[in-house]
Formats: sequence, C-alpha cells, structure tokens
Amino acid sequence: MADETTPKDQPTPPQPEKPAETPAAKADAAAPTTEAKLAETPAAKADAATPPKPAAPAAAAAKPAAPAKPAAPAKPAGPTPQPWESEMTTTLKRQYGSAIKETSTYVGQKYMVVDPTVVDEILQLLRDDEQFDYLVDCTAVHYPNREQQFDVVWILYSFPRNERIRVKTMIKEGDAVTSATPIWETANWLEREVFDMFGIKFEGHPDLKRILLPDGWKGHPLRKDYGILQQDTEWVKINLGIESGQ
Amino acid sequence: MTDTSKPGFYEDAGATGTFLDANEMVLNMGPQHPSTHGVLRVILKLDGEKVLGTECIIGYLHRGVEKIAENRTYTMFNPYVDRMDYVASVSNGLGYCLAIEKLLNVEAPPRACYIRVILTELNRIASHQLWLGTHALDIGAMTPLFYTFRDREEILKIFEKYCGARLTTHAFRIGGTQYETYEGFEQDVKKFCKFVAPKMDEYEELLTTNRIWLQRTKGVGLISAEDAIAMGVTGPVLRASGVKWDLRKAQPYSLYEKFDFEVPIGINGDTYDRYLVRVAEMRQSLRIVEQAVDSIPEGPIMAKVPKVIKPPVGEVYVSIEAPKGELGYFVVSDGSTQPYRVRVRPPSFVNLQALDKMVRGALVADVVAVIGTLDIVLGEVDR
Repeated sequence: MADETTPKDQPTPPQPEKPAETPAAKADAAAPTTEAKLAETPAAKADAATPPKPAAPAAAAAKPAAPAKPAAPAKPAGPTPQPWESEMTTTLKRQYGSAIKETSTYVGQKYMVVDPTVVDEILQLLRDDEQFDYLVDCTAVHYPNREQQFDVVWILYSFPRNERIRVKTMIKEGDAVTSATPIWETANWLEREVFDMFGIKFEGHPDLKRILLPDGWKGHPLRKDYGILQQDTEWVKINLGIESGQ
Repeated sequence: MTDTSKPGFYEDAGATGTFLDANEMVLNMGPQHPSTHGVLRVILKLDGEKVLGTECIIGYLHRGVEKIAENRTYTMFNPYVDRMDYVASVSNGLGYCLAIEKLLNVEAPPRACYIRVILTELNRIASHQLWLGTHALDIGAMTPLFYTFRDREEILKIFEKYCGARLTTHAFRIGGTQYETYEGFEQDVKKFCKFVAPKMDEYEELLTTNRIWLQRTKGVGLISAEDAIAMGVTGPVLRASGVKWDLRKAQPYSLYEKFDFEVPIGINGDTYDRYLVRVAEMRQSLRIVEQAVDSIPEGPIMAKVPKVIKPPVGEVYVSIEAPKGELGYFVVSDGSTQPYRVRVRPPSFVNLQALDKMVRGALVADVVAVIGTLDIVLGEVDR
C-alpha cells in the first residue's frame, strides 16, 4: 500500500512540505535554541524541496521554500510531544520517582506514562487528591512487535478543573492490570470490553467476562494478529449451524 | 436465597434451582422487545413486581467498527461512523472529523464550522424528537410519536437536500464539509425554525402537566449527581441530575464558543427531569441554529488537506457533545494511511451501565421507562 502511494505523492505540492515539517517541529521542541535550529531548517527545506524541482539551482530552490515557511511553523505546533510540567506532575514524580516514565503533552493533550506496578495507586491518587472524578474511557492498543505488547490507556477528566489527561501503561502479554472498578464504577464495562477485545486481565474486577462477543468465543479481535475476516468457526458452526459467518 | 448483589446471579440461580423455593423470579426481557429500542437483552431478577437486580446482555449488533477502522484509510472509515448512532449520524461524523483534523493539525474554515454546527444541532433536535416519541410510546402516550416524527421529517428533508441522505448522512469530510449549502438552504433552515418552535410547545402541552405522564416519570429512575459522575454518565442524563456540564461550553469545538445558549439542568435526576432537560435542549439547539444561519460567513468550506491523508505518528483523544452524551474518539496514528487504532467512546454504552443502579427497587414497568429515558441506541452500544 505505502509503496504504491508514495511515488504518486511526491510530485504533488503537499508532499515536499511534509518531510520539512519534522525538522521544524524539532526546532519547536527545543525552545531555547529555536533561533539557531530555525536557521538550519531552510537548508533542510531546500534539500527536501530540491528533488521535485531538479531544474532549479540551489539558491533558487531555497527561495520558493521561503514562502512555504509561514505555513509550516503553524502546522508543526504539536507534532512532537512536549514536556509537561505542573504542580501535579512534580508531586507525582517526587512520590513515585522513576515509576513515572514520561509526562508530556501532544497537540496540547496531556498524558503520562507510568509503570504498571503503580498505576492503580496513581489512578487512586488522581481521583482523590487531584479531583479527576470522571473516568472517560479505558482502552488498549496492541503493538505485537514490542516486548511490552499492550498499551493500556485511561482517559480521565476533572469536572472542577475542566482538564483532561491520559494515563498510559505498557504491559506484556499475559500480564494483568489492577482493576479501576473500586475507584470509578464506570470502569466495570470498559474493562470488560478491553478484556473481550484484547484479552487483558484486570485483577480485582468483580465480573470479568466478555461483553460484546459471546461468552464461548475464542480469540480477541482487536489484537493485531487477529485477521479482519477471522472468526471462531467452531463457535459459528455449533451456535449458528452454518459453515461461516462471512 | 440467591445473593442478587453478585453479578451473574441468574446463572447460579438457574444452575442450582435456588430461586425456585423463594418468591423470586428471573424474567428475560429482549433481545427482541419493542421497548428495548433495538436488540438489548435485560435479565431481571424480580420479587413480585419489584426489581432486585438486572443484568444487561449486549453485543447483538456488534459489527467490529473499531477493527474495520484499522483496515480502512482515514477517509474510507468516515462513513462507517454514521452507522454507530444512526439517529445522530451527523454528530458521529463531526467527532471523527475533528479527531483526524487534530491529528493532522488542520482546522476547518469558519464557514465549514458554521455548516457543521447547523447540521449537528438540527440532528440533535431530530435525535431528541425521535427519543421523545418512542419514549412516550413506551410509557403509553401514543400521540407524541406522530407529532415528533412529523416534525423530524422536516429535518431529514433538509439533510436530504443538503447531502442526499436522510439518516446516514456522511455530511462532513476531514478538513471541512464536502458540499456547499444548496440554494435556499438558509431559507429552509429558517423556515424550519419558525415551524418547529410552536410544535415544541405542543409536545409540552401533551406531556409536561399530563397526570399519567407525571405519575410514570416523577421519581422514577433516580440517579444522584455523585452516582452519575462515578458511573461516567454524560449528556442529558448527567445534566438532569444537576451537573451543569456540556462539552460545547466546557471545551468548545467547531466555534461553539461564538453562540449564545444555555445549558439546561434538572434538579432531581429522575425520568421527568430528563424529559424536561431534553425538551429544553431542543429549544437551545434551535437558538444555536438560528444564530448560526443568520451569521454564516462566506469563504472556503474545506481546509487544505492532502489528498492522501497520512497523519504524523501520534495519538489524540477528541470528544464532542453528542445528543446522548460525550462521544469521544481516541485515534492512534502510526504515520501510515490507515489508522493504527480507533477507539470510540460511546455515550450510550457507558450510560446503559447505569441502568442497574437506576432500576433497583423499582417496578418492572419502570424498567421500560428507564431504558427509554437513557436514550440508548444499540448500534452505538455494540458498535
């Protein structure tokens, strides 16, 4: 797929801008040296812009890149995660040290990556001390090529602070996460869905069973190794009396 | 006696036959039941007419929307979101487009935002009208159904004229809207506003002070603000419990900050308050539509978006105030043309979870009222 699209894209105007976004974005990330880095970017820009216009000399190539510039700084305002420092993160970091692996913002959205061993304590603390009283969502993402295959994500919102954050942890296949049901009741169904779709177990959940798929179903469909046309043929045969649900 | 507080109690009871010697009965409701608004199965544990506990069995309409997303490009997945909450498809599309726009770091131009606001608010009215008609029908009032469906038809006509579809509209595109407003769009919308405002009084005349309606809804399906927040309940259900929270005000998107409207709230958190809140919301939506259509700016309707949408690597969560509550999209991009993961945070799914809390101790007939008042759409619950 990707191979097919790339050659088509390259001659079109949007594409040359794209690779140039990355250096500019990096320049934004390092705030103090922005000026110096920005000075570098036109060069990078020229390099990126040269291939589609082979006829233009180097100096001329740098010029057409310049008008494109004003648009560029506005665009990469977020594409790299920025460090997120606040009273809350410093308290948490002081308390948990290296268990808080990362606190960042991405396109203005705050998130923290924490160690799975302390995630339940942190969630409890966020609710009790930091007023994150509403668990918006709990979900997971599967990365089969990583050693820690699953991201488990909690999206929290605070009514008093009108603030939204995400807490993320990474776990290995077969590892369990502590259930958040004692903290927020709403976690009950959300965790059941994560279990259903990814097979992640939540310790301390009152009734961890499948929610959307039938109880006897084999496999967890939102894992990346589960094919889009895959089905539990045995279940389909027994319960529906047909060869295939496709 | 069976311990009904334990989840899955009905299975134990069935296996051991313990419920036979008590005065308790397990009653199955659905999945094919007219008042469950789709394919919802509720297992009720009863003592006479009193509900001791419930268990919802869902997933009959599960189509694996999130899995489909991973196998389609960003653009190709857009129409699929309409099939979740199919009575408010415009809201679904808006949420999805906003999420991908956030990933791409583009913003829809003002004119597109205004068109989006007009259509989304019209859709909110349509969704609430459908809710009101069916909810009243569940409770035994038949007339409102004909009134609301008659008026909802006018909204669907506008949708049809605008984009050719009535229900699954696919009205918006990533970066704006595909279609310019048709000639006479403004007049049609204004005409509709004029037409429907007195109709809303009609709905209220039929129900607000109707003694039967009051008896069936007052004090039924109570949920306190604390419980509602702990259960993650959003939308009119949360507001009826007295929490003044609306994402359009709390974290405005699509230029909602430009419009003047109130967030109606209830006091008691019962079925009657939820009815009042939704009817008031329809009027507020009408206010927004009127303001938007009067001040719709000129300009482009699409932002500059590459033909092949390839957002940079990253993840975002974007949510909007859908008619049912907070509808969120958590999208993970790996830099390719297809989303790595799309998680939909469906308001109906989360709100339905509160059903058990709301009907414990109530009567069987109230279960029907409470399912109705939660305003669930099973297409969204199961996705």
